[in-house]
Amino acid sequence: MNKFIVSPSPHTHSPESTQSIMRDVLIALTPAMLVSILASGWSVLALICVSVVACVLLEFLIQKYWLKVPVTVTDLSAAVTGCLLALNLPPNAPWWIAVIGAIVAIGVAKMTFGGLGQNIFNPALVARVFLLVSFPVIMTSWDDAGSMFGIVDAFSGATPLGAVKEGLKNGATLSQLTADNLTFSQQFFFNAGGSAGELSAVALLLGFLYLLCRRVIKATIPVTILLTVFVVSGIFWLANPERFTNPVFNIFTGGLLLGSIFMATDYVTSPMTTKGQIIFGIGIGLITVFVRYFGSYPEGVSFAILIMNCTVPLLNKYCKPRRFGEVKK
Amino acid sequence: MKKTFRIGGVHPHDNKISAEAAIEVFPAIETAYVSMAQHLGAPATPVVAVGDKVLVGQVIAEPSGFISGYVHSPVSGTVKKIEPRADIAGNMVPHIEITVEGDEWMENIDRTPDIIREIPYTAEEIIAKVKNAGIVGLGGASFPTHVKLAPPKDKKAECLILNGTECEPYLTSDDRIMRERPEEILLGGVIMMKALGVTRGYVGIEENKPAAIASMTEAAKAYPQIEVVTLKKRYPQGGEKQLIDAVIRRQVPSGGLPIETGAVVQNVGTSLAVYEAVQKNKPLIDNVITVTGKCLPVQHNYKVRIGTPMSKILEVAGGVPEKAAKLISGGPMMGRAIANPDAATVKANGAILLLTEEETRRRPESNCIRCSKCASACPMGLEPWLLNKLGRAGLHAELEQERVYDCIECGCCSFTCPAGIPLLDVIRISKAEVMKIMRSRPKK
Repeated sequence: MNKFIVSPSPHTHSPESTQSIMRDVLIALTPAMLVSILASGWSVLALICVSVVACVLLEFLIQKYWLKVPVTVTDLSAAVTGCLLALNLPPNAPWWIAVIGAIVAIGVAKMTFGGLGQNIFNPALVARVFLLVSFPVIMTSWDDAGSMFGIVDAFSGATPLGAVKEGLKNGATLSQLTADNLTFSQQFFFNAGGSAGELSAVALLLGFLYLLCRRVIKATIPVTILLTVFVVSGIFWLANPERFTNPVFNIFTGGLLLGSIFMATDYVTSPMTTKGQIIFGIGIGLITVFVRYFGSYPEGVSFAILIMNCTVPLLNKYCKPRRFGEVKK
Repeated sequence: MKKTFRIGGVHPHDNKISAEAAIEVFPAIETAYVSMAQHLGAPATPVVAVGDKVLVGQVIAEPSGFISGYVHSPVSGTVKKIEPRADIAGNMVPHIEITVEGDEWMENIDRTPDIIREIPYTAEEIIAKVKNAGIVGLGGASFPTHVKLAPPKDKKAECLILNGTECEPYLTSDDRIMRERPEEILLGGVIMMKALGVTRGYVGIEENKPAAIASMTEAAKAYPQIEVVTLKKRYPQGGEKQLIDAVIRRQVPSGGLPIETGAVVQNVGTSLAVYEAVQKNKPLIDNVITVTGKCLPVQHNYKVRIGTPMSKILEVAGGVPEKAAKLISGGPMMGRAIANPDAATVKANGAILLLTEEETRRRPESNCIRCSKCASACPMGLEPWLLNKLGRAGLHAELEQERVYDCIECGCCSFTCPAGIPLLDVIRISKAEVMKIMRSRPKK
């Protein structure tokens, strides 16, 4: 008779692996990447490639030659970080910006904490904020890089959020600024200006739908963030529509969708329980709105997520799932 | 809306490939090896001696404690040996070895197929008959059934739930008996309801068994006190606590007994055995065993006498294919790997499953990515990722605080983990350690 394996149950396992999850995230990011390549041309494609290669190569080098641990780049998590990093850069950013970003993301934010699953902060966001404070000019210039295939009209100038902030600072009211503002369809399908990944809400929502269908993420965090932003900015907007931008504008512009769908849902840096995830989402939404309305930066999603990342261990400690038998007897 | 339990659960592929194989009576064997550990609790004490002639259904061992049970001879013949023999895990357990001669049954056993519907017995008589027939829970736990039919005096049973969920992938023995002998199962339910003094009964069946649901529903028309409840397909719905939650929306409190919800759960196979014991005087000497696996050319559901070596069953089923790498007694989620294929079947064996190396391969362990899929999957609302961390660090006080003792070892966490972390392996060890500490404390 054959020799048989003897091991404890369960004897079967779900086909889902870390690699398949990361692959799904990459697939979900594809529409957003395509839109930004179509809009800004080969420079974005080059930026994405440089960023992904730099992240993967760096993780490989650190694991193989420095830490001398098994190399795990095939789990694709470094590739996801690379994509997210590129999507958080201006489409026309120079390639070396992506390399520096990769060093910060993988070298500092991920590997120093112990690699995948151990980091406290979202690596791509740490890199973005690092670049934002180190290279403020490059990171906030949205010059047109040339439209590809002429599908989209060339654009230039500030992001919608930046334009609003600048205008308000110069004493204009929102009704004066709306002339320059976007129609709803522009907000939804394509808005010119912003980081590579922020251009099209519909592309990001497609990715969101895919992640939900594949059960890679649950809707809790993104929905809580968006609801919070909608409600809180709605209250401000109702109180003073001349001073505060409207809730729809707040949802569809800037990095809010990219951040709430792809960055705030990062498994490693978000809470484990639904209760924790709701608090986490409300926190991100609140901080985002306050930075946008009252901060000196036009956009606050990155800061909001990083700040809430700090609270995750605490949220995990105090927000426990509902235990079986805990409800009424 | 179909009912289901409210916390956790996973959806493994159900692979019910043996569902269309009708129950076949397994051919006569030459030697039966009857284990004295057929039930949860103390092993039974043999009451026959080497050289004794025994008949089918004759008592060969008696209970040796409150939680213990009678064992009957599954064959007729001569007692050849009474000595320890290896069980499926390789542990030595006392066995009675009987050389088979003919197939002579005890005279009082009614072997006709007639269904006897009248139940002239009192609750006490039923419980005594169930006890004397050596019936144990056939869902897997092999808890003596008569103990469950007589709940403690201060607890009141309100309903009986028959467990026809068969939520483990591959298994089809319950599906088959529900298709082939629905009325007898329901009568077993009526008998147990009489013993418990309850008037409400349910049969919970998962939606992936439409033929069983149809046949049970049809048969239940004559028994309005029993309702057939169609449940969503979701593992581990057949867990006692999960089934109670699914059917009557009550959760067994942590550390409490299921009876505290007013529900008593019995497997449909047990129900059939109860019917046979009470109405036909037939003790528990055989059961239906699914022999299945994608690597097997033909699938079987055999009615097998207890004490048949598993290797014999596999031989009759067509032999073990070259690529079969793991033999499992039970399903792929909670079944036990068979270390010793020569072990004999016991009452609660429901299946022999053959998996290939590829089907059962464990993924190499990698870092936890904190996806919280294990916590979402845990039907007890625990956090396996945390228990894993605490367990590896040996933090027993924290493990207890996180209620590791509530774990039902269903395997949802290990099944679902994308990083291939053997969560249940760690939790099982931690749970045993914590429960040992808890038991060693002086009782209040």
